Amino acid sequence: MTTPTLNQSPLQENTRIHGLGICRPEVIVTNEDICQWIDSSDEWIRQRTGIVTRHRADKDTSVIDMAEAAARAALEDAGIEASQLGAVLVSTVTHPYATPSAAAQLADRLGATPAPAYDISAACAGYCYGIAQADALVHAGTADYVLVVGVEKLSDFIDNTERTISFLLGDGAGAVIIGPSDSPGIGPSVWGSDGSKHESIRMTHSLLDVRDLSLAALAEGPEALSSAAESAIWPTMLQDGPTVFRWAVWEMAKVAQQALDAAGIRAEDLVAFVPHQANIRIIDEMVKQLGLPEHVAVARDIVDAGNTSAASIPLAMHRLLAENPGLSGGLALQIGFGAGLVFGAQVVVLP
Amino acid sequence: MASNEEILAGLAEIVNEETGLAPESVEMDKSFTDDLDIDSISMMTIVVNAEEKFGVRIPDEEVKNLKTVGDAVEFIAKSQS
Repeated sequence: MTTPTLNQSPLQENTRIHGLGICRPEVIVTNEDICQWIDSSDEWIRQRTGIVTRHRADKDTSVIDMAEAAARAALEDAGIEASQLGAVLVSTVTHPYATPSAAAQLADRLGATPAPAYDISAACAGYCYGIAQADALVHAGTADYVLVVGVEKLSDFIDNTERTISFLLGDGAGAVIIGPSDSPGIGPSVWGSDGSKHESIRMTHSLLDVRDLSLAALAEGPEALSSAAESAIWPTMLQDGPTVFRWAVWEMAKVAQQALDAAGIRAEDLVAFVPHQANIRIIDEMVKQLGLPEHVAVARDIVDAGNTSAASIPLAMHRLLAENPGLSGGLALQIGFGAGLVFGAQVVVLP
Repeated sequence: MASNEEILAGLAEIVNEETGLAPESVEMDKSFTDDLDIDSISMMTIVVNAEEKFGVRIPDEEVKNLKTVGDAVEFIAKSQS
């Protein structure tokens, strides 16, 4: 008996971003607010980070709520129905359940069921990881249209009195629809990880520690906590700023250059540079290292939005396009990098 | 291999470029943070530029030991030899 030939998904030659939508939560946290919690000043924070305000979500707004708002706007912008989605990907590190995923509930809320849905844990590189995945899924013929959401409610995982990272962080969501295209719209992804540096951006302690600390506090009272946790039961973010800065600028400039080379694009061909919004000094130094010409618009949404991890690139891209509609259709270099350590970069055609 | 004086002059140039401080204010006994008011991020930029200029490797763990300009000059000189 001869083995019959099976069908394989037909390949899709080109992909692009079909639509972009965002959600900016309404609570504005100023540097003056921050200075109630840490001994600092507006000038110090601006000079070291570029940040003037951050948007944060209120207590009742969840990661899934913000993801839904951004996703609906992206679907509308793309002009497609949720029922056409072949996959729903949510990049986040702040959905407060290990399982089930935020993506499955988001797909249900949107009316995309039974689209496959899953979360991606790649911190500040999460959006670029999502684009890499969506591009591959559409390319391979596995899905027609893929929703990628980068969303964070970092305000749930900060300690306002902590000085290395908490004051940088904001909340928000950005979403794009990736689908087939007549011409190339997403360059090859240059992405990777370096887990040897996993401690340079991290949580103070694990969920298992939370369990043990809670049980100890219940049994023995709050004094049981002092030896085990430095400050609290709840885990929050920490970073080794100078180490991260060095990696983010000099290692990531190389990755950004590789993404340009892989796409066959020169810096002068770009209309925009949309890096992860981690710190304005990282952005400015990367621009210098990459030798970007003056005409390339550089996203600096961090000034108002703070660092929103997986949401920062689509938020910054949305703002750039709102302020400069003429950039639409031009080439943008995007790069995300963060806790893991992980990184991802692509050249894309702006929607 | 550069002499300590040459390293100091090169380092002063890098500090000047990053911070705008006059090169002559960058002296051996000056503390980067207390005297020159250089923050940790600027320090990293100075370190990376110094690595390139002097062809040495200054690991992250080493940077916090470089309290004064003299510490940095000595470390670079030792690494070059």
